[in-house]
Amino acid sequence: MDLSLSTRTVPGAGGDRTVVEVGGEIDVYTAPKLREQLVELVNDGSYHLVVDMEGVDFLDSTGLGVLVGGLKRVRAHEGSLRLVCNQERILKIFRITGLTKVFPIHTSVDEAVNAVD
Amino acid sequence: MATVELRFSAQPEHVRTARLVAAAVARRAGVDEAVLDEVRLAVGEACSRAVGLHRGNGVVTPIRVVLTEGEKTFSIEVGDEVPGAGAEVGGGVPGARAEAPAGDPDDVDGEDEMGLAVIRGLVDDVEVTVGEDGGTIRMSWPIASVEADADILS
Repeated sequence: MDLSLSTRTVPGAGGDRTVVEVGGEIDVYTAPKLREQLVELVNDGSYHLVVDMEGVDFLDSTGLGVLVGGLKRVRAHEGSLRLVCNQERILKIFRITGLTKVFPIHTSVDEAVNAVD
Repeated sequence: MATVELRFSAQPEHVRTARLVAAAVARRAGVDEAVLDEVRLAVGEACSRAVGLHRGNGVVTPIRVVLTEGEKTFSIEVGDEVPGAGAEVGGGVPGARAEAPAGDPDDVDGEDEMGLAVIRGLVDDVEVTVGEDGGTIRMSWPIASVEADADILS
């Protein structure tokens, strides 16, 4: 299965948030596509991102690397990158790599969009 | 001792194929259904790492994946052909793999190491070896033999 990406802007409690809905598999082949999307958003001035991973079937360390890269980019603009994920198989990867301490992980897009630091 | 061997050229798009094959063979071998996700992820990590090593070092030979169904364990070996230092104790000429390019400087450093960290976190029985002819990641999982016999329908 390929990677699907779609973005939309949602008004949140702390201002507009850009929601990136990701579906399919994020691996060594598809991760560059996600990286391009995140880079493009930041270059276009979207610094508060919510990556909705509910439709993700597979995530590997390449995908984690892209998310960390995205986080670095938005932080350079004092932005934020929040994740939405309820899938245990995906959460496990964040846990074993210690990245649950790095990314705020939410249970719904609504919660992530309205979260304020 | 049933064995399935897969060789693929170092293209990222083939890693998914390797994952699917590994998961299918593991399921047939009787690896617990709950562990199949781990098998899929671990073999994907090992193959992604091998693809990165081959591409980064201009190695054109294929990557080798050997899936072996033993009596009590199912094992996977992923082998690359990037020569290593050979001797971690020193004295040897450092191998190419130590100098593999880090890729996009904006990207996360040590993505390769993150892959290994994921494998070590997931798999209890894992062995990483590096020799003059390349490196091998060997992983194994127990086979739930009792369930396997009853699992004819799958």
